[in-house]
Amino acid sequence: MLLIHCPYCEEMREEEEFSPAGQAHIERPLQPEDISDEQWAHYLFFRKNPRGLHHEMWLHAAGCRKYFNATRNTATYEIMETYKMGQAPRVTANEEGQS
Amino acid sequence: MSKSIQAESPLHHAQLEQLIGQSSEGGITLHEHKLLGHLNLRGNAADTAFLAGVQEALGVALPTAPCSSAKSELAQIMWLAPDEWLVIVESGTEFDVEQKLRSYLTGHFAVSDISGAQTLLELSGKDIIGLMKKSTGYDLHLESFPVGKVIGTTFAKTGAHILRLDENTFQLVVRRSFSDYVWLWIQQSSQEYGLTIV
Repeated sequence: MLLIHCPYCEEMREEEEFSPAGQAHIERPLQPEDISDEQWAHYLFFRKNPRGLHHEMWLHAAGCRKYFNATRNTATYEIMETYKMGQAPRVTANEEGQS
Repeated sequence: MSKSIQAESPLHHAQLEQLIGQSSEGGITLHEHKLLGHLNLRGNAADTAFLAGVQEALGVALPTAPCSSAKSELAQIMWLAPDEWLVIVESGTEFDVEQKLRSYLTGHFAVSDISGAQTLLELSGKDIIGLMKKSTGYDLHLESFPVGKVIGTTFAKTGAHILRLDENTFQLVVRRSFSDYVWLWIQQSSQEYGLTIV
């Protein structure tokens, strides 16, 4: 079991309390009617699937029921950081020297 | 048809009243605080007018620190999330307290009466830590779970908000639909210690 830090409860909790919620930092197009079907489809369906560093959303389902972001290595399952919604990650792929 | 509708706890069928006093030597003691008023309060903790209004209405400052709780003569308040609190009041006073909150609060807030959605169980006894260890993965040491702290966590595969009242007393807020499961779980997991209903 992993211990995951919830940035809202401000402490480490059991993985059992959380559920993953997919890729983070996806922005809804401000003017959906102005973009092509292809761009809209990319927004709706296209997701990254990297080996290595990944920014993703998690839900503290059994605790405060808030979504937050995590930077996780998909190969080792190491969670480098968790941060609140609206914040920018401190650990990014470029700093780590990965693509 | 009867004109009066009797409120029933979600554990009405368990007939806990009839089990009171049947066993007095259990290491676990269970009491259901049934039919209390549960109000869900939402608002912006950074809004000083909101905080002042709640303090005025409930007689105690809203606990804004994560996992904290507060108590006044009128209500017990549990922190659920940065913008969400559970206010537990005496049975029958929930409508008045809700009206009182509404009269003191303005702007962006929400008060919902969710009394029928959940129930409050109080677990205590000398072996309570043993039962809690079976039921939740949270660290129960007083350093990580001090008196007055409230956590939302998993409790035997379901969820519960757990408030520590003293070293060996915990209050559990459980969902109505899961209360029978929790009741069965408590019976089974307290078999080795003995269960006393009060």
